[in-house]
Amino acid sequence: MTAEELYNPIQSNADPVVKINNLRKSFGDLHVLKNISFELNKGENLVVLGQSGCGKSVLIKCMVGLIEPDGGAIVILGENPHNLTIKDLNALRKKIGFLFQSGALYDSMTVRENLAFRFREEKEMKEAEINQLIEEALEQVGLPDTGNKMPSELSGGMRKRIGLARTIILKPEIILYDEPTTGLDPITSKEMSELILSIQKKYQCTSIIITHDIECAKLTSNKVMLLKEGLVKESGTFSALQKSSDEWVHSFLN
Amino acid sequence: MKQYKDLKKKLPERVFIVEAWIRSFLSGLALFFLFTVRFFKEWFQFPFELKEFLKQCYLLGYKSLPLIGTTGFIMGLVLTIQSRPTLAEFGAESWLPAMISVSIVREIGPVITALIAAGKVGSGIGAELASMKVTEQIDAMEVSGTNPFKYIVVTRVLAAMFMLPLLTIFNDTIAMIGSFTGVNISGDVSFTLFFTQAFAQLSFTDIFPSLIKTLFFGLAIGLISCYNGYHAGNGTEGVGKAANISVVMGSLMVFVIDFAAVQITSIFLNQ
Repeated sequence: MTAEELYNPIQSNADPVVKINNLRKSFGDLHVLKNISFELNKGENLVVLGQSGCGKSVLIKCMVGLIEPDGGAIVILGENPHNLTIKDLNALRKKIGFLFQSGALYDSMTVRENLAFRFREEKEMKEAEINQLIEEALEQVGLPDTGNKMPSELSGGMRKRIGLARTIILKPEIILYDEPTTGLDPITSKEMSELILSIQKKYQCTSIIITHDIECAKLTSNKVMLLKEGLVKESGTFSALQKSSDEWVHSFLN
Repeated sequence: MKQYKDLKKKLPERVFIVEAWIRSFLSGLALFFLFTVRFFKEWFQFPFELKEFLKQCYLLGYKSLPLIGTTGFIMGLVLTIQSRPTLAEFGAESWLPAMISVSIVREIGPVITALIAAGKVGSGIGAELASMKVTEQIDAMEVSGTNPFKYIVVTRVLAAMFMLPLLTIFNDTIAMIGSFTGVNISGDVSFTLFFTQAFAQLSFTDIFPSLIKTLFFGLAIGLISCYNGYHAGNGTEGVGKAANISVVMGSLMVFVIDFAAVQITSIFLNQ
């Protein structure tokens, strides 16, 4: 069953969880994002598709304050990350999970230490509680016996799963996925997509998934947004976009 | 802007290459200054990353002992063998331990230790941080709401600052043992006599200024390598470049600080 079929918007009258308005970003003469606008409600899965270099990753990096946009407004959970102090920004970031393309696991730490890092930095939880959360998160991603392994001992797919475990252990309200299935074989890709879907079902979180993988988009999306040359070319449900009369959109999704 | 474009057409291209180089140098200098200010600001802020600091002390200090020890021993040995004929010409062979101890403690020991640290520690930190940067590990720490600067940069710079004086003391000690070995290759001097003569000419004004300057050597090596790693460009090229610049700039700064330290010492201690 796809996310589109499962989708049942939660509190559709409530304020959107993510609100992007006329977002712009350029690198020198290269205009990567030109007036991007969209909204996302709680529990929605938005898949952002587009050719390489069209600004998909820049978009989500702007959302967590890793890249400063040139213009426009970003409102996440009622706050603009670019107007916050470092302390408030970090508080907001704790509600947002980010899965990096490569997993971005900390090389010098074991899987267990990777997952415990944020909690140990905060020094607010007891070790027993942290360990329990780690076991749950590893169980959730299907890798319960990897706690003592180093990231270098893991395969690409396992690294992404552990990256996801490190994200969900914090129980974020929003998860941003940067190409979660890139570099994986078709079977592992499908498993990863199903994992994204099961996490959405379990935690009822809002997700933005950046991908090139059409199968992943089909399986995980409630909504799809196609970017072309820094602009939103078209958006809607996956099945609606598949029937698009636009040749570029049609060829991209089919 | 129009005038600038007109000028661009008239002047040869190399002028603009120089202009771009100067601009990049000055902006790099400003960024390094801000990086240094942030280091001092975050150093005194809670929480302190004691565990990571101790881990870095082990990696930067303890792991460097074999290299520092070997270099120190050879340095003391060679210095003694090379100096002996010259002193023998003046019948001043008995001055050998004193001369070696003063030159090692005041100048050669700290500088050689710092240069080795700039090579080993500087390149290690530069490459490690750069690889963390290009694999988005630093970004991952940042988006998780933690402070990567404090965890990665402050601990490493402090460890370099703290370990360099200790490594210098270790290097000086091993170098003196090397010198003692050198003296005994073609002579027969007892351990007690050698070290009595070596320490006779040493005073606190020789030891303390040289140890204090090693704190600054450590600070410079740590800051330069962390800065280059933290601001590395993308890809493997960025990692190599960060490691390379860390070693080159770190070594250069060791000499600059040494020159400044000599001037300051001579003013305040009349040496």
